[in-house]
Amino acid sequence: MKQFAPSLLELIRRASAELPDDVVRTIETQRQLEVAGSQARYALDIISENIVLAKEKSQPLCQDTGSILFFVKAPLGFDQRLFSETARNAVAKATAKGYLRQNSVEPLTGKNTGNNLGPGFPTFHFEQHEDNRLKDIDVRLILKGGGCENCGAQYSLPNRQIEADRNLEGVKRCILDAVIEAQGKGCAPGILGVCIGGDRATGYVNSKEQLLRQLDDTNPNPKLAQLESDIVRISNELGIGPMGFGGKTTLLGCKIGVLNRLPASYFVSVSYMCWADRRQGVLLDSDGKISSWLY
Amino acid sequence: MAIKLITPFTEENIRKLHTGDMVEITGKLFTARDAVHKYIFDGGKLPVSLENQIVYHCGPVVIKEGGQWVVKAAGPTTSFREEPYQWKLIDDLKLKGVIGKGGMGKKTLEACKTFGCCYFHAVGGAAQVLAEKIIKVNGVYMMEEFGSPEAVWEFEVKDFPVVVTMDSHGKSLHEDIANLSAEALKRFL
Repeated sequence: MKQFAPSLLELIRRASAELPDDVVRTIETQRQLEVAGSQARYALDIISENIVLAKEKSQPLCQDTGSILFFVKAPLGFDQRLFSETARNAVAKATAKGYLRQNSVEPLTGKNTGNNLGPGFPTFHFEQHEDNRLKDIDVRLILKGGGCENCGAQYSLPNRQIEADRNLEGVKRCILDAVIEAQGKGCAPGILGVCIGGDRATGYVNSKEQLLRQLDDTNPNPKLAQLESDIVRISNELGIGPMGFGGKTTLLGCKIGVLNRLPASYFVSVSYMCWADRRQGVLLDSDGKISSWLY
Repeated sequence: MAIKLITPFTEENIRKLHTGDMVEITGKLFTARDAVHKYIFDGGKLPVSLENQIVYHCGPVVIKEGGQWVVKAAGPTTSFREEPYQWKLIDDLKLKGVIGKGGMGKKTLEACKTFGCCYFHAVGGAAQVLAEKIIKVNGVYMMEEFGSPEAVWEFEVKDFPVVVTMDSHGKSLHEDIANLSAEALKRFL
């Protein structure tokens, strides 16, 4: 187990300081599309410079290093409790080193725990590999800041206000409403993770799991693939732009998942991720050594 | 081309600015977020004068290295949480500027018009670029009371890049864009 601690610390450091390549590429493509001298270009120029600088200096891209969400897939017999304890220690160490900001606050006292530990900090989602032959441990980490988390939204269909029925057209209306409501507030250009169905809790979890997907992947369900690309195209024609300054780049991506629902319920859950889409992942061998990076 | 401004500001500086102006600020910034806004709104006093200065909605990552404060990250935080309090700070502290992200509401816009103040939008998430513009930490106030991210940090900055999104003439780029985008959406539904 002794390699786990340094591997997880490195995963946290890299998640905080380096964006995945697919996100960097998409931002660069969009930057070129914005008119030189515009506020949108000004914002994306600063964003690009920031991406380079954070990596070079090995420091947080954004000072709000956010909620710490671990998604772990492990083989049969994996010790989850030991892993969680090791990950918690790594989080405390990463906080002391300045990779993470002191971000965990007790709601009733307003006290900051100072080390990012406490109920719900960090959050773990464990799964067992479906294939029992897989021996590696797949650890993915998302750092999600408060500004974008506040822009999340959950809709219960039918919704008269936005005229959304229980069909894909209704889902589209919900997602676009979330984009309009968010404007630049979630640090646009953003990435949406969406879940159709589920209950109020599983819907939001699934919407966050969508944020683990790469921006350039294609949804295996053709209807959802179409909806994902429609949402990005339409959002980028709304003129909201980077930071809400106006411009052509409002979304960098939209990823949609589906869970079964109750006959009586139809939820659409939208998680908004800022341009500083801090997602990294590693495969660890049984000693905890990093065998590869996933993004 | 960005307009270069040096703090402390005058009312004349501020009245010349309009929404959409790209500005680079040199001089002092004072960080203030939720706890400090509420504290001053309720009549609390700061041990430093902010007259003609700027407050920056920011919870920086600052650590001590070899006895010196070093800013590790210093991007803006969401401003709207301060909307109930901001107008009173603009009035009481005689602020000439507020820096944050996401924009603010009608009360703040009204105070900007009445007292000659501007809301400047920094690029959210650009913590490293913005930290590089901080050339010195002059000091920190209210650290005991509020803890590091909520304390009032006094920074010396050079060419700190922002966009005017709410000016002293009653205009808000946030309102304009919200209206335009809502109108544009109708074409797609």
